[in-house]
Amino acid sequence: MPETRVILKNCGIIDPSSIDSYIENDGFVGLDKALKMSPTDVIEEIKKSGLRGRGGAGFPTGLKWDMTGKAQGDEKYVLCNADEGEVGTFKDRYIIENDPFSLVEGVAIASYAVGAKKAFIYLRAEYNYLLEKLNNAINQAKDKGYLQSAGVDIEVFEGAGAYICGEESALIESIEGKRGEVRYRPPFPPTEGLWRKPTVIDNVETLMNAPRIMANGADWYSQMGVDRSKGTKVFSICGDVEKPGVYELIMGTPLRELVENLAQAKDIKMVQIGGASGRVVPYENIDTPLSFETVLGAGGVMVFNQSRDAIEIIRMNMAFFEEESCGKCFPCREGTKRLLEIVTLFHEGKAYKRDLQALEDLSETMMLTSLCGLGQAAPNSLVDTLKYYRSEYESRIM
Amino acid sequence: MDTVIQEVLTHNKNGNLISILKEIQDNRIDLSKDVMLEVAKSLGVSFSEVYEIATFYSFISTEPLGKNIIRICKSIPCYLKSSDVVVATIEKELGIKPGEITPDKKFSLHLTNCIGACDMAPAMMINKKRYGNLTPEKVVEILREYR
Repeated sequence: MPETRVILKNCGIIDPSSIDSYIENDGFVGLDKALKMSPTDVIEEIKKSGLRGRGGAGFPTGLKWDMTGKAQGDEKYVLCNADEGEVGTFKDRYIIENDPFSLVEGVAIASYAVGAKKAFIYLRAEYNYLLEKLNNAINQAKDKGYLQSAGVDIEVFEGAGAYICGEESALIESIEGKRGEVRYRPPFPPTEGLWRKPTVIDNVETLMNAPRIMANGADWYSQMGVDRSKGTKVFSICGDVEKPGVYELIMGTPLRELVENLAQAKDIKMVQIGGASGRVVPYENIDTPLSFETVLGAGGVMVFNQSRDAIEIIRMNMAFFEEESCGKCFPCREGTKRLLEIVTLFHEGKAYKRDLQALEDLSETMMLTSLCGLGQAAPNSLVDTLKYYRSEYESRIM
Repeated sequence: MDTVIQEVLTHNKNGNLISILKEIQDNRIDLSKDVMLEVAKSLGVSFSEVYEIATFYSFISTEPLGKNIIRICKSIPCYLKSSDVVVATIEKELGIKPGEITPDKKFSLHLTNCIGACDMAPAMMINKKRYGNLTPEKVVEILREYR
């Protein structure tokens, strides 16, 4: 199954600095259709499409919009999460670089649907060079009157360098000008989000789906994919591959297609899907279909060849989380530190046999008790490699 | 210095500390204790409220920064493409280690987590520009442009 470009259909085709070039390629057809419908009907269409969040959690997008639309109050917000901090992930960067207009259109559709008069795109500091491009797209959409028709004003908020701000409640805190620390939930953003007002927060790629669904219909969309994973997924792939880059595949496509055929990886040992917090798939499972039901994450794929040391990779993953934990809840704040310490012992060949059990106990505790996805998912790659590459750990025991 | 801070505060009327501190820093004013105290006083918040923002985010620094801020990726995708060799080249060229600033204050060097340029690993940023597919030769060339 080769690439299917639905979300990326304009990338490399349009001039990303010119709205006319976008309009020539069916730009704003989705928004125009949406504006002829009632907000409730737009939400119904998104629900019917089966679209789920592309940031990793896979929450049904229509349901999120519905809850926000129905929430009490006139002041509502749409937030676009462009804080793509997951290691090895760069699909949102590619999207904004090549087709910022579709994103602006997606934000406008979401805002119209839920009744938000203000939307923010939270752009990570590491993508500060995209600010001009994104603002240009917003301003051109305003000049043509599209944003006014949708009744929304879109502003870019620049982050300041913090992986945790990709977590929705931390992102909200950050836009409010605070430390990016995770909130206790409930209440969830659809009832109490930005400035405690009803808020939709969606990943860049999720919002990119909205114009396509509105233009072509939910039935067209839901024909693509498998089970409860509809549509396509955009992947970024890097590491030990010949052709790193961004590829779009229909949900359910085997991992082999992406890794071996498109990215042309050879001599593969393992693949990590979903960045540092993602699952590790050994080569023997290379035919695993990519979907919410199996492995997906935000779509960042790192490939490791046979020359790579699994424990070295895991040590780097653990160092990443130790640095990026926000520090609010102690299972994550302490756990990430101890995981790094113990994995480092294995890396240096100084571990005792009991340390294997310690890693497993601590991982389980963090996964069960951490306040947010960071601490819950930090041990994923460790747990997976303990399962598939246990002998590598055992060989480092003193 | 005071006028720049006041100007920044004027066009950030909502008092968002992240935007304010970043903008002050973009004007190459180091976030010293005195600067943070002035921001706190002007906004009517406590010093700790300013300090906690300044120390939470990796793109805001309470240490002096160079005129040119080099952030080189230390995450796995760049590491797989020998980012360590590039780091060593920069260290040798500038005579500083990560976290340090050159005596003429022209450069500061920082190791950073994934900057989302993994398709062009190893990669780095200098100020607001991205550089990819780095080699020791290429990085020497790039640094020359900023000298």
